[in-house]
Amino acid sequence: MRTMNPTSTIDLTARPEEIRPRPNLDRQTLEPRALKSGFLTGLTWLAAVLAAVPLFSVIYMLLIQGGSRLFGSDVVEVLTGLPPAGFEMGGGIGPAILGTLVMVGIASAISIPLGILASIYLGVLEPKSRLASTSRFLAKVLTGFPSILAGVFVYAVLVIRFGYSAMAGGVALAVLMLPTVVLAAEEAMAQVPQRMKDAAYGMGCTQTQVILKVVLPTALPGILTGVMLAIAGAAGESAPLLFTALFSNYYISELAEPTASLSILIYNFSGMPFENQIELAWTASLALVLIVLMFNILARIVGRSKV
Amino acid sequence: MNATAEALFVAEPFQAAGDVVIDCTVNKIFYGDFLAVRDSVVPIEKKKITGFIGPSGCGKSTVLRSLNRMNDLISVFRFEGNVIYHGQDIYAKKVDPVVVRRYIGMVFQQPNPFSMSIFDNVAFGLRLNRFKGDIEERVERALQRAALWKEVKDKLKNSGLSLSGGQQQRLCIARAIATEPDVLLMDEPCSALDPIATRQVEELMLELKENYTLAMVTHNMQQATRVADTTAFFSVDISQGGRTGYLVEMGPTRQIFEDPREQLTKEYISGEFS
Repeated sequence: MRTMNPTSTIDLTARPEEIRPRPNLDRQTLEPRALKSGFLTGLTWLAAVLAAVPLFSVIYMLLIQGGSRLFGSDVVEVLTGLPPAGFEMGGGIGPAILGTLVMVGIASAISIPLGILASIYLGVLEPKSRLASTSRFLAKVLTGFPSILAGVFVYAVLVIRFGYSAMAGGVALAVLMLPTVVLAAEEAMAQVPQRMKDAAYGMGCTQTQVILKVVLPTALPGILTGVMLAIAGAAGESAPLLFTALFSNYYISELAEPTASLSILIYNFSGMPFENQIELAWTASLALVLIVLMFNILARIVGRSKV
Repeated sequence: MNATAEALFVAEPFQAAGDVVIDCTVNKIFYGDFLAVRDSVVPIEKKKITGFIGPSGCGKSTVLRSLNRMNDLISVFRFEGNVIYHGQDIYAKKVDPVVVRRYIGMVFQQPNPFSMSIFDNVAFGLRLNRFKGDIEERVERALQRAALWKEVKDKLKNSGLSLSGGQQQRLCIARAIATEPDVLLMDEPCSALDPIATRQVEELMLELKENYTLAMVTHNMQQATRVADTTAFFSVDISQGGRTGYLVEMGPTRQIFEDPREQLTKEYISGEFS
C-alpha cells in the first residue's frame, strides 16, 4: 500500500516566531480550579483518616483492656485454663480457643474442597452456562447473607435432630465460608490467560491435566487469598454458633457435644457482674483479633508470592 | 479471480516432490454457520518448512490449527475434509485429538510460557508423557536447540515469565520440541517479537528443519522468502457475501514469489493489497 506523508503539505515556516505569545506555565495556586482541587483532595484525606479511626480505636482498647492478661505472667493459664465460675479467680480461655480452631477446621474441610470444585465448573468448564450464572448469582447473594440465618438453618436441619455440637457449628460456618471461597477461586481461575491453557492443550493435555497442571497452580495464590479471608471471617462469627455449638466450660472431647468458642465466650463473659470474667472477655477478644489478623497477614503473604 | 465467475475458483493441486507427512484436504471449515475456509488442499512435506501466507481473515491460521485439531477447542468449529497423517485421518471418529497433539506440536503467536520455572516449562511435556529417561539431559538439549541454553543455564529455577518476549518464545519452542514431536506448527511465531528476536527464531527454524517438519503461518512475506521451502498463498473471497478463505496457489517458495501462476498471487506479493 502506498501512503503519503500527511505533514509534508504544512509549511511550518509560515508563522514568524515573534507573534506566538510566550505561554505562562507558572502554578496558579489561587485560581478557583486549583482551590477546588485542593479542597477536594483534603476532603478525601480526611475521609481516609476517619475510616481508619474505628479500627485503630478498637485495637487500642483491646490492647489496653486485654493485653495485661494475654501478655502478662499468667499467660499459660490464660491460654490453657478452664473458664472460671462465679467468684473464682484466675482461669483461662483454653477450651474456647481450641473449640474455635476445631470448628473453623471442620468448616474449612467442608467448604474448601467443595468451593474449589464448584469454582472449577464456574471458572473453567462452563463459565457461560445457565447453571453457572445462576449459582454465581446465588453465591454473591450468599456473601451478604445474615450470618444468624446460617445458624438458624443448621439448627433446623441438624441441631433439632442431633443436638448442639461442634459438627453443627462447623457446618454453619461452612455455609458462610462457601460463597467467599467459590467466588475468589473462580475469579482467580478466570484470570489464568487463555493462551496458557492453549499451550497446555497444544502439548497434548487432556482437560483434566490442563486444570490440574496449569490452571490450579497458576491460580493458587488467588485461591489461597480467598480461602484465608473466608477462614478469618468464620473465626470471628458468633451468631451462627449460638444456635449450633452453644457453649461448654470444658475442653472438647468429641465432635458431637456442645463446644466452646471465643466469640460465644466473649458474649457470655462480657455480661457477667464479675471483674475476672470481664477481664477474660477482653483477653479473648484480643486473642480472637490476633487469630483473625494472623490469617489475614498469611493471606497477604501467600497472595503476593507468585512464581 | 472474477467476481462474476460462475464456478468458484479452486487452486491447482500442488504435487509435492518429497514425502508428505500431513496431507490436508479441506472441503469446508465452519464456525457455526459461517463458512471460514473452502476447497483447499495443502500437503505438508517432510523435513521442510511450509509457509502459509495471505491477507487477514483468509483462513491460514484456521487451516494450520486444523492440522492438530486445536480448533476442536472452539465448540462451534466444524471440519469437512480429511487430514491424513501417517495413513490415518486425524478427524476419524476413533482418533483422540489429545494424542494427535502429542505428535503434532504447536507454537503460538503470543509467547505463552506456563507460570512455573524455566526448567519445569521445558520438562512439562516430558512429565506429561511419563518420560522415563534423563529429564535434565533432555531439557538441556531442548534449550540448546532452541538457542536459549546459554542465556538461561544459570537461572533454570527462575519463572519462565521473567524472560523477555523473544526468550519466552524460544522457551515455548524448546518446550514444544522437548518431547520430540513429529511436526511443529507455528502460528505467526514472530509477530510479537522484535527484529533481533525474529532473526533468532528464524535461524532456529532453519536448524530445526534438519529433524522436524514445520508449518508456519506468517503475515510477513519477507519471512516466508527467508525460511519457507514451500509456500501456500490463501486469499479471502468477499464477493460471495461472506468472508470465506481459500487456497489460491501453492508451490516452491521461489516460484510463488518470482513466477506466480495466478494474477491474485502476483498482486499480493507485489504489495497491491494486504
